[in-house]
Amino acid sequence: MSGVIKNFMYLNRRAPYGTIYAWESLEVVLIGAAFDQDVSLAFVDDGVYQLVKGQQTAEIGMKNFSPTYSALGDYEVKKIFVETESLEERGLTPDDLQHLVWEDEDDDWAERDSIRFVSRAELAEIMEASDVVFSF
Amino acid sequence: MGTNPFEVAMKFAIQVNEGPYQHQASDSAYFFTKAALEKGHEIFRVFFYHDGVDNATRLTTPPQDDRNIVERWAALGEKYDLDMIVCVAAAQRRGIVDDGEAKSNGKDATNIHPAFKISGLGQLIEAAIQSDRLMVFGD
Repeated sequence: MSGVIKNFMYLNRRAPYGTIYAWESLEVVLIGAAFDQDVSLAFVDDGVYQLVKGQQTAEIGMKNFSPTYSALGDYEVKKIFVETESLEERGLTPDDLQHLVWEDEDDDWAERDSIRFVSRAELAEIMEASDVVFSF
Repeated sequence: MGTNPFEVAMKFAIQVNEGPYQHQASDSAYFFTKAALEKGHEIFRVFFYHDGVDNATRLTTPPQDDRNIVERWAALGEKYDLDMIVCVAAAQRRGIVDDGEAKSNGKDATNIHPAFKISGLGQLIEAAIQSDRLMVFGD
């Protein structure tokens, strides 16, 4: 793509199953990975629920797409920001979320944490530094 | 660029995430796109995603005293030769169908307005890369 590399942020604001935004956002991320941009994901507001571990969807008749998040490392998605205020406002802690990693090929494929917990103010700065914000 | 030499022409990509009528997003996107074009800016592409794909059905029949959102987009697209793309995956879920999709998925009808084209999400990513700004209109 003519060598242009932009900072892409995918901003996820909604809970995973009440609407389709979360799942269709993930589809954009997976397709977008082929374009070799500098990608980050951010989870704010009810979006933090997307990363909660142990999701079970059988009783609502929907596909549980949460395992897809653990594949993001294979798509070179290494920066996942979770806003701490959003977690706290919902009574969640980092332990409630999936442990997401990527493998560092420069260090014998050592696993690195993908999720970084950031404050609302920090996330605002990260967003400001992004070239493109896809809001879902 | 009008008469103001300090204005700079920009290249915009437009993403529409909601269907017509239920949400204002499509109206807002339309007015933004129209205003930008009238000011001399470039619209690289308008990409319809999520329920936004429903903006592309030629079968809508709003009351006569209401705006026709689909036809309005189509007229703008024709006037400015806009690239108006409907996401294929989102369209398949919601039953927005062109000839190719009808054939490949064994459907007995089409409903897409000829002003729109069905294509992949790569078109959205490319638009974001190629444009100065991506404007997302949604809920």
